[in-house]
Amino acid sequence: MIKNILAVATVSLAFLACQPNSKKLPIIGDREVVEKVVDGKTVIDTIYPAIPNFEFLNQDSVLISDKNFENKIYVANFFFTHCPSICPTMQRNLLKAYEKFKGNSGVAFLSHSIDFKHDQPHVLKSYASKLGVDNDQWQFVTGSKADIYGISDKYLVFTKEDENVAGGYDHSGYLVLIDHEKHIRGVYDGTSEEETEKLLSDIDILLAEYK
Amino acid sequence: MKLVCTLLIFGLMIIGFAQLSSCHNNNLNIQTAQYAVNGQKLYKIHCQNCHGAKGEGLGKLYPPLTDKNFLSKNRNQLACIIKNGLKGEIVINGETFNQNMPALSTLNDVDIAYILTYVTTHFGDADSTFSQDEVAQSLKDCK
Ligand code: HEC
Repeated sequence: MIKNILAVATVSLAFLACQPNSKKLPIIGDREVVEKVVDGKTVIDTIYPAIPNFEFLNQDSVLISDKNFENKIYVANFFFTHCPSICPTMQRNLLKAYEKFKGNSGVAFLSHSIDFKHDQPHVLKSYASKLGVDNDQWQFVTGSKADIYGISDKYLVFTKEDENVAGGYDHSGYLVLIDHEKHIRGVYDGTSEEETEKLLSDIDILLAEYK
Repeated sequence: MKLVCTLLIFGLMIIGFAQLSSCHNNNLNIQTAQYAVNGQKLYKIHCQNCHGAKGEGLGKLYPPLTDKNFLSKNRNQLACIIKNGLKGEIVINGETFNQNMPALSTLNDVDIAYILTYVTTHFGDADSTFSQDEVAQSLKDCK
């Protein structure tokens, strides 16, 4: 009897010990294969798309940049404060991630407003505090139309000014997970509860890469 | 064959209503329950993003729909809130809110009746149908 229990215990231990290491998140985006000459030899290198440098004004009217996200993984999305459609659901779901990782300096959040006319820093500030965000781990930023719409492309998120949709802006509700090298490691539908759960567990998986 | 199908659908509907009402309010009659089932579907499409699946709201941005006193005191204004939107300071469950709810002017009286039956019986403590007539009447005297 005791032997049996021991056997079961050993097997489950082995199973538990081996499992977590086996998973790694992919790098997302079209990679480019380039040939380089190193020390006289031709080598093949693969380049993955990365988020370029950026500078935006945040909810405290402070200019922040990609430097603020150095040595952090972060989740980015696009929204606007008076958006009547998908944003409330997307922000409700992102709030779950914020609350789970609050206090963990290795994880940050970055919401870009696509309504550069209305969402001035003080509007973003009031929105953030009403949502329940009370530290600088979650940044809400605004910028010029060209900068915001340009960078949304890099995050593979569609955004567009369109007077025919509710609220005046059309966009998709993706939550995009970025690693230390600024590579995209996951894209999640922020309006879906299951995909948000997946984001939560993928953040853990990605964090483990930097332990 | 047709009869079997009809019976089957009917049976399923009864089970559906029974389930829905058993989660919350056991005393709903069949019409109220039917309105609430339809209302829940419309609620998901038009209200859930802001007010949450359980009517819990979101932080101080969107108020919960679970303030039973507010719902019963303002019963005759609820249709107006949906049709015309709402702005200005209000106190819900003891918390102050001051944001804009956009007007959902495309919803017709039946839709509003379904939604309000669902909201008032499942988040509030009402036990009767919010009828189409009641909606039409309320909309005549919006503040
Ligand atoms: C875009 C977000 C949004 C949508 C969609 C929305 N509401 Fe609201 N709702 C609000 C806000 C914001 C307030 C508070 C307005 C204020 O501060 O004066 C509110 C207030 C209310 C109130 C009164 C206060 C309370 O909490 O009881 C009711 C009732 C209500 N909404 C019902 C609905 C119903 C039913 C629907 C769907 C048909 C709906 N709302 C859709 C944002 C929304």
